[in-house]
Amino acid sequence: MIIKRMVDLPNYGWRSAFDDLERMRRDMGRLFGQVAGQAYYPAHAGVYPLVNVSEDPVHFYIRGEIPGMKSEEINISVAGRNLTISGERKIASEGANVRYHRREREDGKFNRVVALPSDIQIDKIEAGYSDGILHITIPKAEAAKPKQISVK
Amino acid sequence: MAETKELQAKDKVEVAAPAEQIKPGTVFTPNVDIFETDKEIIMLADIPGVRTQDLTIDLRDDTLTLSGEVKPLIHPGQEDILIEYQIGRYYRQFTLAEVIDQSKIVAELNNGVLRLTLPKAEKAIPRQITVKAG
Repeated sequence: MIIKRMVDLPNYGWRSAFDDLERMRRDMGRLFGQVAGQAYYPAHAGVYPLVNVSEDPVHFYIRGEIPGMKSEEINISVAGRNLTISGERKIASEGANVRYHRREREDGKFNRVVALPSDIQIDKIEAGYSDGILHITIPKAEAAKPKQISVK
Repeated sequence: MAETKELQAKDKVEVAAPAEQIKPGTVFTPNVDIFETDKEIIMLADIPGVRTQDLTIDLRDDTLTLSGEVKPLIHPGQEDILIEYQIGRYYRQFTLAEVIDQSKIVAELNNGVLRLTLPKAEKAIPRQITVKAG
């Protein structure tokens, strides 16, 4: 029914039994909003950086877009099931004799907590930063991995 | 001494009326800073997810076009739990008022930030003309 489109299209909201309907409702809302000229408010925490979280049976994956940082300037800390991404984005000043025509990029501090739905193995978390995108791979705790149960 | 402010999360801005896309997908306009000195115009653009080989910078007839492809991060077997931002190409066009020395354009892409340096052509560099009283 729902055509799966090529790029990472957003499913707004946490996964639930009504996921497909929810996605369709959001898409309709967005389409009508564009026609009617209303602002469209997606469901996110509104905290920088915006993240995409996905999972497979063994890991959680967090991706966030934070351009213009050095990897050592991004702090990631974990406590329990909560992972905190924080740091400060700096924009270098370009000298005294410059005239700005546009200034759309912003700098400042950020601090974001992502709460994961199940227990994780803290010491095996891996994080990488490339092309301005932060990837974090988090292995689930053994007890949290799905186990097949055979039916006799 | 103002405290460093907190960064606000902002949604990506879709391009308002892009030319028809051949490939499907959303197109966003990246945030840019543009400033100039006496000798050059410098543009900084936030394009996370674009690698050097996926970036096209085109300058012809006074129109500067930035176009960057982002590889969709779909891995087989992964299910999405929370999606807060969309992924799509970046595209932005500018009309340059200045004459640019095309052979000396420098583009650097570091950590998702493009720094494009466009040196002004010799005759566009402002020269002070002293006025003699007399």
